Amino acid sequence: MSTRTTPRRTAREALSARSLLDAVLSAYVPLVLAVLVVVFPLLWMILTSVKPLPEIITQTPTLLPVDPTWENYATAAERLPFARVFANSVLVTVVGAVIKVVLAVCTAYGLVYVRFPGKNIIFAGLLVTLMVPPQVALLPNYTLITSLGGADTYWGIIVPGLGTAFGTFLLRQHFRTIPPSLTEAAELDGAGHWRRLTRVVLPVSAPTVATVALITIVSEWNDYLWPLVIISQPDMMTLPVGLTLLANVDNKAAAYGQLMAGSVAVIIPVLIVFVALQRYVIAGLTQGAVKD
Amino acid sequence: MTSTATRPDVPVRERPPGRRRRRFTARDRHDFWVFLALVLPNVALIIVFAYRPVIENLRYSMLDWTLGSPSASWAGIDNYVRFFTSPASWGILWTTLVFTVVTVGGSMVLGLLIALALNRRVPGTGIARAAVFSPYVLSGVGVGLVWLFVFDPTIGVLGAVLRGFGGTAPDFFNDPTLSLVMICVVYVWKNMGYAAVIYLAGLQSIPRDLLEAAALDGAGPIRSFVRVVLPLLSPTTFFLLVTSVLNSLQAFDLIRIMTPLGNGTTTLIYEAYLQAFGSYNRAGYSAAVSTVLFVLLVVFTLVQLRWMERRVHYA
Repeated sequence: MSTRTTPRRTAREALSARSLLDAVLSAYVPLVLAVLVVVFPLLWMILTSVKPLPEIITQTPTLLPVDPTWENYATAAERLPFARVFANSVLVTVVGAVIKVVLAVCTAYGLVYVRFPGKNIIFAGLLVTLMVPPQVALLPNYTLITSLGGADTYWGIIVPGLGTAFGTFLLRQHFRTIPPSLTEAAELDGAGHWRRLTRVVLPVSAPTVATVALITIVSEWNDYLWPLVIISQPDMMTLPVGLTLLANVDNKAAAYGQLMAGSVAVIIPVLIVFVALQRYVIAGLTQGAVKD
Repeated sequence: MTSTATRPDVPVRERPPGRRRRRFTARDRHDFWVFLALVLPNVALIIVFAYRPVIENLRYSMLDWTLGSPSASWAGIDNYVRFFTSPASWGILWTTLVFTVVTVGGSMVLGLLIALALNRRVPGTGIARAAVFSPYVLSGVGVGLVWLFVFDPTIGVLGAVLRGFGGTAPDFFNDPTLSLVMICVVYVWKNMGYAAVIYLAGLQSIPRDLLEAAALDGAGPIRSFVRVVLPLLSPTTFFLLVTSVLNSLQAFDLIRIMTPLGNGTTTLIYEAYLQAFGSYNRAGYSAAVSTVLFVLLVVFTLVQLRWMERRVHYA
């Protein structure tokens, strides 16, 4: 994001009505259009989730609910242990993300700061797994986890996804940009690896660690395919899987209210995190493409 | 970084003279164990849950095996033969191709258009950038359900709008072609913001002088876009092309939640899922379909790696 404004540019920008019209046509019209297209369905979801049934099953819907109600959330909670499912999602996300971030930090630190033969080969081996699509691993992991008794358990959901190449990759990239003099100075002061990691490397890497944590949290929260096959009891479902159960009805029309309530539960938390920390999220997800 | 410790350690391996000599010191030994403690858990998890399954999947694909059954018989390449000789498979490959081409093309073209607007750097573009990107981070299941309600032929808001203009609501749910259209639209909606942000970064790296020079030479905005901007964006375009193809080939959430039966929307990945976890439980056949998909993905990844290598050389 450059903020340099050459004198010429400022002069041109000051140049009045024509450039203003130009800005409106070439920037604001398409942008407003794009933002409306993105925002409308989400707004529609929130509004529908608080509409009573007759306002949903109609061919002439109104934008705002005439008679707002929480009944859709209540019905959804009757058909699905909603609070439990939400708590499952939180638990799986928090535990999974914490372990993944710790693993990523440790692996990246080891790869950058600890002497070991063949580190680059190990790193390459990690990177290759970024190419292994999850669905190719689906059937073998399903067989392994179910044979170990992991079906319908928390660890069964969490464990297969714990190995992390992406977070390791981002953190390693960042660690390599830290001036070696910092850790060398600490080493001369007699600091061991643990102190170097916690007192030197981590404090200067907080934004990158935060980025990795955020992306991990979001992807764990949204994860669908694996929990879908390994979980079948409603009590153990995460939100996306629970929503699949909610959606599995003959009369969809009557269920849209509950489905929108469920969608609010799975979408809004991520949206809040995103709005608050969008810079980190976008930077992390587009890294590797934009950087280096 | 070479060890300078003067402790009388025994060198583990003598290297021929001329190459750098390293002694395996106590500190190296310490580092060895520290490294293992730090890296081994992650590497072990990846070996068990990412490497092993690739091999295992290949083995499954050679079996005649019903999921859940304790016994399986060797089938050789029967599953592959069945896949490539069944007319339904060609339909699935065709659906995969159409879905990939439409979604990749759609999100890249729209992404570029949005990026061009964002690049105007007028006030408010920061918010617009975040808003357009946001669907990319949202749950595919949640998003799919929301759009299902929008597309509903009887009570969906899209139908209401179309009727308002005197049209009729198309049956997106039962017509296979329209179902595919619906999935493509939602997929593009979810992913165009990613393409936009990547394109925006590409646009911002184009030196302003070049555009001003083109303007001085009398090139209009369209001419300078085609002749200057697009060629300079080609590395970005290529990167997006490859990553988008990889992502589209792996699209699952939307298809599963919006069209559970896969009527007209069964791509390779969804076929692999349906065969094993739908009503058939055909694990061996599903593994064969996965393997076909895997080969496709590897080919595209190799293309991407080659390009990255080239890019590193240029940098």
